[in-house]
Amino acid sequence: MVEDMNKVMNSGVSSSASPSKVIGVSVYSDNVQSAEGNTPALEMIMESQDLKVHYGSYLAVRDVNLQVHKNEITALIGPSGCGKSTILRCFNRMNDLIPTAKVSGSVIYRGIDLYGPDANAGEVRRRIGMVFQKPNPFPKSIFDNVAFGPRVNGKPSKQETEELVERSLKRAALWDEVKDRLKQSAFSLSGGQQQRLCIARALAVDPDVLLMDEPCSALDPIATGRIEDLMHEIKGEYPIVIVTHNMQQAARVSNRTAFFNTEVDADATRPTGVLVEYDSTQKIFSAPSDPRTEQYISGRMG
Amino acid sequence: MNVNADVVGSRFAPNLRDSTSTARKSRDKIFLLVLWFATLCAVLTLFFLILTTLLKGAGRLNLSLVTNFPSPFPEDAGIQSAIFGSLWVVITSGFASLFIGLGSAIYLEEFANSTSRITRLITLNIQTLAGVPSIVFGILGLAFVARGWLGWGFSVGTASAVLTMMVLPVVVVSSREALKAVPPSLREGSYALGATKWQTIRKQVIPAAVPGIATGSILGVSRALGESAPLILLGALAYVSSNPSGFGSDYTVLPLIIMKFTQDAQDEFRAVGAAAIIVLLVLLVSLNLLAIVIRDRSRKSW
Repeated sequence: MVEDMNKVMNSGVSSSASPSKVIGVSVYSDNVQSAEGNTPALEMIMESQDLKVHYGSYLAVRDVNLQVHKNEITALIGPSGCGKSTILRCFNRMNDLIPTAKVSGSVIYRGIDLYGPDANAGEVRRRIGMVFQKPNPFPKSIFDNVAFGPRVNGKPSKQETEELVERSLKRAALWDEVKDRLKQSAFSLSGGQQQRLCIARALAVDPDVLLMDEPCSALDPIATGRIEDLMHEIKGEYPIVIVTHNMQQAARVSNRTAFFNTEVDADATRPTGVLVEYDSTQKIFSAPSDPRTEQYISGRMG
Repeated sequence: MNVNADVVGSRFAPNLRDSTSTARKSRDKIFLLVLWFATLCAVLTLFFLILTTLLKGAGRLNLSLVTNFPSPFPEDAGIQSAIFGSLWVVITSGFASLFIGLGSAIYLEEFANSTSRITRLITLNIQTLAGVPSIVFGILGLAFVARGWLGWGFSVGTASAVLTMMVLPVVVVSSREALKAVPPSLREGSYALGATKWQTIRKQVIPAAVPGIATGSILGVSRALGESAPLILLGALAYVSSNPSGFGSDYTVLPLIIMKFTQDAQDEFRAVGAAAIIVLLVLLVSLNLLAIVIRDRSRKSW
């Protein structure tokens, strides 16, 4: 498995499949198939229903209905301030940490409303992991960073913890680079390695879904390529929802894309985010049904 | 390529020599001199104080100073009871204020609703208390701890309680600052792995805040070590010829034994006082060094 990952790591961004040109960005054909082929095997894992988020009295984003499917990467794109990250943070109740944020509507995860009485925020976050925009390793050793999740969620034995740390780091294609220095500070790693460490840390609690909030925006293209390859590698086990500012990235990695935009509602002074269009990535980037989507992806807006 | 013509034809002077006027240059110099003078005043005063103290006390700066107790004969007089009295009072009040102060800092910073009136009132109160003259704490201690309801008398316990009250606001304020300075990304990373609030605070926030908490607390303790005013009211200004053995014991402290010796009519006693000042300074400097070491250690490791 390590060999496989090395191959993937060395191959960079450009080799996983042959690109086909669509409005200036390339979409990989292997992404397209699963989304396009209307395969009935598509299993829905999460679904938001009329999701709305207020910050105080300000309506930040409204009417979001989208689905997350098994084996797929879902990308959220759109201009700054359109509520992509806010929506992403609704999917694992991270918005609970912002006192003024109020979420209405529902997010159904495997039949359970995340905001209903049967859901505990801690349990939700353990099942639905998150990787942040800026790598945020803990000020601890590499080992302790990965072991933190399992430790707070139970009391694994020393041996279990060691196995889990190794497995997670291998899964995040970082093991070979750090196996000889697990006791060193996580801050001794490069930015790209730190972000893969954060992914390993999220995978260590064996989540069901992985949320990524612009995971590559602080990274150079090579590190970005590795993370993208990694996403392709793990999406079969962990469906991914990714927020990205980079449309090429959305086109490269995702199976489905949701385009958000901002609108100033009649009774509001500040713009509110809305979900304009949600469809297969191929459709969004080649034949979007909404003119605003087309404007945005062809670079005339945002 | 005619470089010369370009420079001459531009709106700049044809050379790069300094064009600052002499008046501006001399203003620069005068300002620098003023700053030097200010620094010199501070450093010289301190240097002069230490020098005269050293000259006066050098003759008595020997082992008998710290092994002997106060005595009516200047050649036998030592300050052991004051050293132990100071250590007793400072160490007990240091631990008490650290535990109570850190506890209230964690509550105020992490749990209390920061917008509520009561929290703001408490915050204002603590900040005001940090600026209250120490003699006021002495009077308070005299009325409520030494006499009155508690009735602990003039004892180590009373002094420790009063110094705790005095140091507490400093510890609370500096610990709150240290907790506030912990980056939100650290908390988010912890919550995103399913950690509970208390797990996040105990395993991430407090360890990250240790340098700030330690620095603030040790500076508070040094203040207690040099404090004399409240303890004059609380019976420390006395010849005590035995070390404290518990909270109920009689006691004296270094600043007050210094006061007693330096006010004496006999030159020989004043020399003992000067030597005691040097001991107190050494203790203070070591405490400050300890603060620096703790701060650098916990920073360097990550």
